[in-house]
Amino acid sequence: MSSSAQTLALPRKNYLNEGYGVKSWLLTTDHKRIALLYLVVVTFFFFVGGFFAVLIRINLLTPAGTFVSAETYNRLFTMHGITMVFFFLIPSIPAVLGNFLIPMMIGARDLAFPRLNLLSWYIYVAGGLFTLYSQLAGGVDTGWTFYTPLSSVYANGHVVAAALGIFITGFSSILTGLNFIVTIHTMRAPGMTWFRLPLFVWTHYATSVIFILGTPVIAIAIALVAMERIFHIGFFNPAWGGDPILFQHLFWFYSHPAVYIMILPAMGVVSEIVPTFARKRLFGYHFVAAASFGIAVIGFLVWGHHMFVSSESVYSAMSFSFLSYLVAIPSAVKVFNWMATLYKGSVSYQTPMLYAMGFIGLFVIGGLTGLFLACLGMDVHVHDTYFVIAHFHYIMVGGAVMGYMGGLHYWWPKISGRLYSESLAKFAALVLFVGFNLTFFPQFVLGYMGMPRRYHSYPPEFQVLNVMSTAGASILGIGYLLPMAYFIWSMRYGPIAGPNPWPATGLEWQTSSPPPPENFEVTPVVTWEPYDFSGRPDLMAELAAQARAERPVSEGQ
Amino acid sequence: MSESESILRGHFRDLPQQRATATLGMWIFMATEIMFFGGLFLTYTVNRAAYPGIFAEASHHLNVVLGTVNTAVLICSSMTMAMAVYCSHKGRQKALSIYLILTMILGLGFLGIKAAEWTEHFQHHLVPGFNFQFSPAAAAGPAQLYFSLYFAMTGMHALHMIIGLGILTFLLIESFRARYTPEYNTPVELSGIYWHFVDIIWIYLFPLLYLIDIHK
Repeated sequence: MSSSAQTLALPRKNYLNEGYGVKSWLLTTDHKRIALLYLVVVTFFFFVGGFFAVLIRINLLTPAGTFVSAETYNRLFTMHGITMVFFFLIPSIPAVLGNFLIPMMIGARDLAFPRLNLLSWYIYVAGGLFTLYSQLAGGVDTGWTFYTPLSSVYANGHVVAAALGIFITGFSSILTGLNFIVTIHTMRAPGMTWFRLPLFVWTHYATSVIFILGTPVIAIAIALVAMERIFHIGFFNPAWGGDPILFQHLFWFYSHPAVYIMILPAMGVVSEIVPTFARKRLFGYHFVAAASFGIAVIGFLVWGHHMFVSSESVYSAMSFSFLSYLVAIPSAVKVFNWMATLYKGSVSYQTPMLYAMGFIGLFVIGGLTGLFLACLGMDVHVHDTYFVIAHFHYIMVGGAVMGYMGGLHYWWPKISGRLYSESLAKFAALVLFVGFNLTFFPQFVLGYMGMPRRYHSYPPEFQVLNVMSTAGASILGIGYLLPMAYFIWSMRYGPIAGPNPWPATGLEWQTSSPPPPENFEVTPVVTWEPYDFSGRPDLMAELAAQARAERPVSEGQ
Repeated sequence: MSESESILRGHFRDLPQQRATATLGMWIFMATEIMFFGGLFLTYTVNRAAYPGIFAEASHHLNVVLGTVNTAVLICSSMTMAMAVYCSHKGRQKALSIYLILTMILGLGFLGIKAAEWTEHFQHHLVPGFNFQFSPAAAAGPAQLYFSLYFAMTGMHALHMIIGLGILTFLLIESFRARYTPEYNTPVELSGIYWHFVDIIWIYLFPLLYLIDIHK
């Protein structure tokens, strides 16, 4: 047991006990409290979206799919997509972990615009309530992609309410992105130069660029759909002189970069976890930082790969296909650099590292299948099949959600001051990994064999794989419920973590857990390179002490 | 000076950092506004390319005189706003308040003329969704597209102007309290950036909407 463990106690004054009562939370401008406000609502929407997924998978147990009607099934997959994309995946890591960590990682007291930060949370809640209302009132059946003229003319459902909810929530994203960019530019502590920033900050900067430039475009796209629906104007309806493909361009111009909004923060999390649990500097720091921007920039140029079968010209399609292959390069750069970081490192397999490694493997599968889809001829065969669904769930669930879970586990000690049960957490990670693959791998096969997406029924020969997928989903659900339980339990009964339990480099680990309201008692002055394990004898001594005790500190005092 | 201490917000090191932060924030916000209006401009471009003749015909139904007057009004309001920013830099409190008031009068004038134009359009049945009529009937569909874009774009612009007037009201009240000095005039300067942006949007809207084939 290391000597520091014997004197561990929760810090007297921290951001959690600074003020009690509803007002101190709902009117806070402390980025750490706002991050927790987001955590609560994001978790709520995760389970709402998960609930819709459960109903979908139950319906797909039988080929006839009579658990719900076809009409209801359409509403289920639409609401699943809308909730998960706009109210869970896009906010999750930036609004929870980004808000909490970015000021600490750069040595600042708060974000640039704390009141805008709180406003962004209220806007997110307002948009979520609108969409929740539309769901409770019966939902929408257009798919989360709102293709016209179904959404703008013919759909029977609460399209305008759902669209309004998404429109409002978009402003939350824009404000968050604005806050992050300005903060990273102007609020860095003395000595925190650009190339001393953690990769988590770099990826969130790139994500914020996408927030800023992309979100307004979908706002306009949705506003035009609502206008067409209310005033019967023919922007997108051919019968009224409009062009449905115009909607697809406007929609996908944002929605493709949106998927990079979902994955870049998770990559940032992985870039933080891997060096810590390999006890080694991140390999190729500059390349990984540049790759984040490469992904963001090229990501704006590939939207047409969603429209290969929408009568896009062959020359456009070829360009988009080529650019989609190109965007795989910076992604691969990151993967190879993570692998190189592990090489000759001193690797341990605590829960955050399990999630990070799971991310790398599943992201590679998801990413490679993306290349299959970027290939024009192949896409014609698998477009609108379960192959596409499997591809994006590998990236979004196997990638982004695992990154989110890994990040929550990695920084939980900092956020709460407590440690969770490591053995239970490892078990949950394993359950999640098994459940995930059982759910989604069969869907690659189903899609290739021809099962279309968004259909409530299917030919009988597809049943075995569908049953496997549903079984996997139930296991996956357990994998998500367990962390909820042990995180909550740890807040009261978990061992006290201390400032740097792993231990890790990074400014956020040089203040107490939980941090004081102003983050640092004294503004830090940075003179070291990021992930500099070799230059930190105190960390190496802590690691040696943990090794002598023959168990990591996270297994209790 | 205690005045400076109350200006400096708690999470900033010093006033220059606060000023740099606020300024960068406003410019980034401008980037989002460009993307927002850009979506509308894209829709306009696509539809005008599809129906050039009908767009021109529909454009001739707009009141070019009023549109030109409005353009002049807005350009003048940008000048008075720039003067207001200059006065805030120089610490000329009274002149600052006067220029803010002038900018607001011009802004209200713009909105008044716009309201008059819209009323005229309504009376001529040119508002989509409200008994829209256009001759020849074959052109009614694309003409409705044109007017939808006209109302969407000028409406979005007018909304931004109303918000701008709200911001100017706030600035005016603060200027009466002599809040803006050579040391602290960031709100005036950033509001100036916003106001000029709204002006520039109109500079693009005017020829695109009012002046299609105007010489024909």
